[in-house]
Parts: sequence; C-alpha cells; structure tokens
Amino acid sequence: MFLLRRAFRFVLSLVLVVLASFAMLHLIPGDPVRAALGPTAPREAVEQRRAELGLDRPWPEQLRTYLEKAATGDFGESFLSRQPAGQVIGDRFPATLQLVVVTMVLALLVAVPLGMAMAARTHGGRGRRSELAFTSVTGGLSVIPEFLLAVAMIALFGVVLRWLPVAGKDGAASFVMPVLALAAGPTALLARLVRMETLRELSSDYVRLARAKRLPAVRLYLVHLLPNALTATLTTGGLLLTSLLGGSVVVEYVFQWPGLGGTTVEAIAGKDYALAQAAVAVYGAVSLTVVFLVDVALGLLDPRSRPRMLG
Amino acid sequence: MRRMRTPSALAGLSLVLLTLVFAVIGPWLWGEEAVRFDPLHTLEGHSSAHLLGTDDGGRDLLARTLAATRQSVWLALLATLITTAVGVPLGALPSVLGPRAARFTAGLIDSLVAFPVLLLAMFAALLAGAGARGAVVGIGAAAVPGLARLTRTLADTVATSDYVAAARVLGAGRAAVLVRHVLPNIAEPLILTVTANLGYALLGLATLSLLGLGVQPPDYDWGRLLHDTLPRVYVDPEVVAGPALAVAIAGTGFALLGESLARASARAPSAPRGEPRTVLPPGCGPLPAAPDAVLEARDLTVSFGGVTPVRGVSFSVAPGELVGIVGESGSGKSLTALAVGGLLPHPGTASGHVLLGGRPLEEVPRRELGTRLAMVFQDPMAALNPALRVGSQLAEVATTHLGASRREAWRRAADRLGRVRLPDPEAQARRYPHEFSGGMRQRAVIAMGLMGEPELIVADEPTTALDVTVQKRVLELLAEVNETTGAAGLLISHDLAVVSRHCGRVLVMYAGRIVEELPSSELRRARHPYTRALVASSPDLKTDRSLPLATIPGRQPAPAEVPDGCAFAPRCARALERCRTDRPEPTAGLACWNPEDA
Repeated sequence: MFLLRRAFRFVLSLVLVVLASFAMLHLIPGDPVRAALGPTAPREAVEQRRAELGLDRPWPEQLRTYLEKAATGDFGESFLSRQPAGQVIGDRFPATLQLVVVTMVLALLVAVPLGMAMAARTHGGRGRRSELAFTSVTGGLSVIPEFLLAVAMIALFGVVLRWLPVAGKDGAASFVMPVLALAAGPTALLARLVRMETLRELSSDYVRLARAKRLPAVRLYLVHLLPNALTATLTTGGLLLTSLLGGSVVVEYVFQWPGLGGTTVEAIAGKDYALAQAAVAVYGAVSLTVVFLVDVALGLLDPRSRPRMLG
Repeated sequence: MRRMRTPSALAGLSLVLLTLVFAVIGPWLWGEEAVRFDPLHTLEGHSSAHLLGTDDGGRDLLARTLAATRQSVWLALLATLITTAVGVPLGALPSVLGPRAARFTAGLIDSLVAFPVLLLAMFAALLAGAGARGAVVGIGAAAVPGLARLTRTLADTVATSDYVAAARVLGAGRAAVLVRHVLPNIAEPLILTVTANLGYALLGLATLSLLGLGVQPPDYDWGRLLHDTLPRVYVDPEVVAGPALAVAIAGTGFALLGESLARASARAPSAPRGEPRTVLPPGCGPLPAAPDAVLEARDLTVSFGGVTPVRGVSFSVAPGELVGIVGESGSGKSLTALAVGGLLPHPGTASGHVLLGGRPLEEVPRRELGTRLAMVFQDPMAALNPALRVGSQLAEVATTHLGASRREAWRRAADRLGRVRLPDPEAQARRYPHEFSGGMRQRAVIAMGLMGEPELIVADEPTTALDVTVQKRVLELLAEVNETTGAAGLLISHDLAVVSRHCGRVLVMYAGRIVEELPSSELRRARHPYTRALVASSPDLKTDRSLPLATIPGRQPAPAEVPDGCAFAPRCARALERCRTDRPEPTAGLACWNPEDA
C-alpha cells in the first residue's frame, strides 16, 4: 500500500515533467526555429523546418505526438546535429549516472559515520574545540561551489603535482577529482544534518533507557540511534542528493567528462531545443527517481510510515 | 550583537566588506587597464608586468578581475531582488488563501524544491535567452522555490501562535494578520536568508557564465573570465587564480554571513552550558554501609558547572521496600534518581556516595547494573525506540547481559510482557511502539526492567504522562511487581497522593535537600511546615470542594539562588530569624528549626 502510493505519486510527477518539457518549447518568446537557424536563414528553410518538426500543427495534436513519442524514448532529433536526441542521451547518460551514483554513495558513507561520531564526541556541550573545528570546516565546504574545488584540484593535483588525470573519463583515477569536487558540499551539509539529528536523538528518553540497560556503545549507536538519526536526516536532507545533479553539470564541464551535462550546456548555448527538451525530461526524471528512492528508504527505516502489522 | 562573534559570521562579514569595497572602487581604479588591448602580450602567464598573466587580447587579468567585481555583485543583487520579489509573496500566499488553495500552492512549492537549482536556472536561462539577462532571470527564478518554502515554514510557525489566534478571534482578516503580525515577525530570518541568497546568486551566476550561458563578451564578470581562462589552466594555472579567488571570497562571504546569522537567530536562547566542571569534595569520607540496604545514598550532591541542584541528600532503601520521593518540579528529585542510576547527563557530576547492594555504584559491573537495576521514566511515548520492535528492545537485555540466544531472549521477552498483563504477549513483542497505547508502553518498559533479576526499580514520574485510569493500573502493577519479585522501589512523583498510597516511607525534597522523611501513615501528622503545606494542597475524596484548595504562596528558589538558611523560610509562616541565617541539619528525619507540633 505504502509503496503503491509512493509509486503512484512518482509516475504522476514523471508525467508532469514530460508535460513541462513539452511546454518549454512553447514558452520561448518568438520563434524557436528562427532562433535556432539564425536571423540570416531564408524564410523557406525556416518554414520547412517548422513543418518537419510538426510545429505548424495545432498544439493539442503536437502534445499527443510528443507524448506518444516520449513514451517510446523518441524525443525527436537534435536541431543542429540531426542525430536522434534519444540516442545522444543514451550515449552520454551512463557516464553521468556513474559519476552521480559514486558521489552519492561516497557522500552517505562519509557523512553518516562522521556526523554520528561528532555527535557522540560533542553532545552535552563537551568537546567544544572539536565542535568548532567541525562546524567551521563543514560550513566552509558547504558554501564553496563545485567548480572552484574542481579548478583548484586540477591546478594542484593535475598540473603542479601531476598525480591525477586532469580531464576525461579513463579508469578509476579519473573519477577521483570529479567525485571529490562534486561530493564535498553535499557531504559537509549531510554530516552537519546527521550530527544535529543524532544530538537530538541522544537527548531522547529511549536513549536514556537504553543507557540504563547498560547496552554496549556499539549496540546503542548502530541499533538504537542509526535508524532514527538516518530517518530524520533523510527527511530533511534527501533533497541534497538531487542537488548533486546540478553540480554534476558543472563538474562534467570542467573535467570534460563525457556525460549528459556538457551536451546539455551545448544544447542550451546552441539553442538546440529538441535536445534541451530531452535533457529536461531526463534530469527531471532522475531527480524524481532519487526523491522516490529516498521516500522508499524512509519507509523501510521508519516503521511508523509502514502499514499496521496484523495481529 | 553577541552572535556576530561566531567565527564564521566574522569571517563572512570581513569577506563581504572586502567585496563591497572593491565593487565600489574596482572599475574606477582598474576599469581602463582592464580593457586596454596589447596585441604584443596576448595569452601570457605570470610576469612582473602582469601578475596573473593576460588574456587573448593582452589585457591584464588581475585588473579585469578587480574591475569585474561591480558587475558580478550587481547582477547577483538583481537576481536576488527577483527571488525576493517573487519568493516571499509566494510563500506568504498560503496563509492568506483559503485552505484548499493554500494546500495547492504549498504542494507546488514543495515539488519545485525537489528540482536542482542549477538545472532550473539553466532552463530558465534557456527560455529567457543566453546572456546576462537570461542568467539573472534564471538564477533569480531558480531560488524562488527555496525562499518560498522557507517563508511558508516561518509564516506557519507564527500563524499558529497564540497571539495570531487571538487576533483572528478579534476579527482580523487573513491579509491584515499577514501584514500586521506574520511578516514583521519573520522579517529578521528572511533578511538573513536573503543575504545568504545573494552569495548563492553570485556563485550561481559565476557558474552560468563559466558554462558560457551567462554574461557574453564584450561584457565580463568573474564567471566569464573563468570561462575564458579555464582551457589554459593546464599550462598556466595562475591565470584562473584571480577570478576563482574573487568568486570564492565574495560568494562564500555572503553565504557564510547570512547562514551563520540566520542559524544564530533561529537558535532559541540556550541555557548556559559547558562551564568548567567543579567536582565538590566528597562529603564525610567513606561510611560503613548498612549491610542489608539495596540502595544507600550518603551526602549525594549533584552539580552542573557552578549550579548545585541536589545538595547532600542521604537516604536508604531496604530490600522489598517501596520508598517515595515527593517535591515540586525543580526540587532535585529526578536528578537524584538519575544519579542513583549513574545516568547524569553531561556536564553533571555527582559526589558523595551511592551504594548499590553495599558496593559503590562505580564498582558495580555493567552487567549487574543492566540486570539488577531497572529504570522507568516519565514519558512512555518517548522511552521506547520507535524504530525497533518492542520485543527486541526487551530481548537485548538478555542477549547483552545474560548470554541468552536470540530465540531464548525473545521467549523471555514474551514471558515478561505476559507478566505485566499485556494480552497475547507473543504478538505484542513483534509490534512497534507506535502500535501501543501509552499505558501499554509503560507496561512494556516495566517488563523490560523485569528481564533481569531486578533488586531495585527506580521509577521517575512513571504515571504523570498517562490518563488517570491508566495511572492507577500502572501503579498497581509496580506495587505488584514489588510484592512478587521482592524488588525494592524508588518512586518519584510530584503527586503526594500517588506516593502515599503505595509507598511505606516518603522523602520530601525541597530545593535540592530532603526536608523531612516519614512513614506515609504519618503524613497528616507531618512536622515540617512544607510537608504540611503539601498535604494541605493535595486534594483527595474527603477534601471539602466548597472551600478553596490551599496553595503555598511564593515559589521554590532556583538551584543557583538557594539561600544560606532554610530554603523554605521565605515561604514559611513559622519562619524564625534563625531560619534565614542557619540551615537546619536533618535530625531524626526532620530539618526544621520550628516544626509543627506532632
């Protein structure tokens, strides 16, 4: 029931994103084909292109064709390269997905233990110096944008020290800098959230009772605290994971990562609306999928959102 | 302005000031040099003439960076204006609209927040056309959902407060409430957030320009300079240093300043904490313990920094005995319970002696503490872990301390749940706390204490959070456990009636000290004026309801302001001159200079 409800909302939002990507082309002031082909293109060429794209037909009909084609992964062809947009995305998307997934996993793996350890060390006002160091470092990291870290790392590790490849995607070493640049901000913010939520849980009655039972620290933290702290963190911090997607565009651009980000930037700069439309749909779908997965994870972690057990 | 002293706020403020100074003087001082072509020195790296090198037109990159400050800050300001002008009204809208429209707007905001800001900005910029205008509109628009949601959250908090409810009752319309009450109260956090947004707008614009989607030549901002110099980073890394540092300084400056001030203003004024520990010297040296007492406290003192909420408390509990501690909230009774359990929260420290079964508390092994000492706390809703099945929270006592197997521990858990009269205990063990009522949870907590072989059950206000009918049954259960297992009990309550009904002996606490200790049956003949007043102010069925209930004038002193003499003297009708200067030491269970007649 719970899964079904979430899944229904997920599908509904997906449809909305596809609708939005359709509406985008029609919201552009002026004539998108004219804008794409440039002011010097002959009138006939523009008219011909409009007809090819079906833009001369009434919009309900256009919407129907768009939806039918979108359902089969056909987003028309790129205005510029004339390649099918679906194919361009199919070529580029796996690299983006790899980058984003590795980063998300790393962010969670670092932030959760770090946040909990800092909470254990600083709760009840002890460890003031650790607290100050932690909040300063994470505070700084969380506001420095990805591209600055990326540029700084390229200059240091790539150009001066020559430890790591500066661009492209070629083996594990090429993941190091893009992933670190992309992960730093979200990891810092997540770690702060985990610490705050763990601190809140540490002062709760059930922790006091667990202490009264003299449970070993490992059991107290892993079995009693972790599920509750993680639930609270994901509820407020799940969106951090989708914000990675935006950062990935910049990181891909700076590291010339062969992913969807660079293609999207080119499409927007070159007024390649078909490709941009497809990119909107794909990025939107990925954001929604992440939100959906976080929801499902929350449901699994928190018995309160699950249906009542029988008996 | 105390909160300005946090290091991140100070760092932010200095970075912001630096940025603003350069935004004003930058174009004046370096504007000309920034656009001076020099075809002989194009694309150079660091040299004495050009510290950070030159661009493809031979223009000095340091001068261009400094001169670009005004443009970068100005565009960020415009974008933030757009965000604020749209976001705040949109977020405030739900509190003015009817419930249905409000829900729709709120849902719209929530779904937009899920979409990454930078991507929103890119696509908004696509619609508005690549270039400075498109970028400003894009960045401005993309931050709207976030600001709108914050506004709504803040407005909701204010809108549900009592004074707004009062204004509504007096007939104020929704719009009037919004303008008169809601907006003024959320202005401060909003302004700080907008400051932080200015930083994010600056970073966002730099990002768009870096991607080639923002400012177009011949105009230039920091992002555009980065866009142009980035391909050269592999040869002359110093050429990107100027714009990169400038973006870092300005962007993080505004963001740090806004965020840290917003956090500081959101934090409720907190109690002073983390003062250096002061461990009081132990009272009167090790005393011979009463050999048969389950619990013996001698001169127990609890202090938090310089404050001492429990002062030299001594009592003992014999096996099988039920002892009650009563007192107003703040009298130190709960901290006494926590100190007995060795569970004082940091930075609290206990001095004096707590002996469990004749041994000092700190020498009792964890395993024995976990099985022989049971604790029950006030709020059963919070005392069970919401994420774990009730059965596993009981079973872990057996697996941790008794070496039981999982299966054996669960069987024991079901058995104990049955002993506290939960119907169908096997099924109950598999359920989660949220499926239990308050009374059931408190039973489960008591059952948890029975997992071992408890010799002492410390119950701190175990029924205060429960309905009256449930209270009675939980208390009867505690008394029954005491009878059947022979475990002694320490029952802490503010309710004299509860304590006197079940406990043989009562300790009365006031301002951190035990002022009188007496058998429950003697309560009506209590000799301490405070105990008398407590008895008089607690109603029972025999109380004549036509007369006003007795109250005690004045209030109990806070732990930090306990006077030298008897702490009750200022409220006591029988106080003598001596009571205000000399503290009465407890003798024969009574600490009073001028007791009532027996």
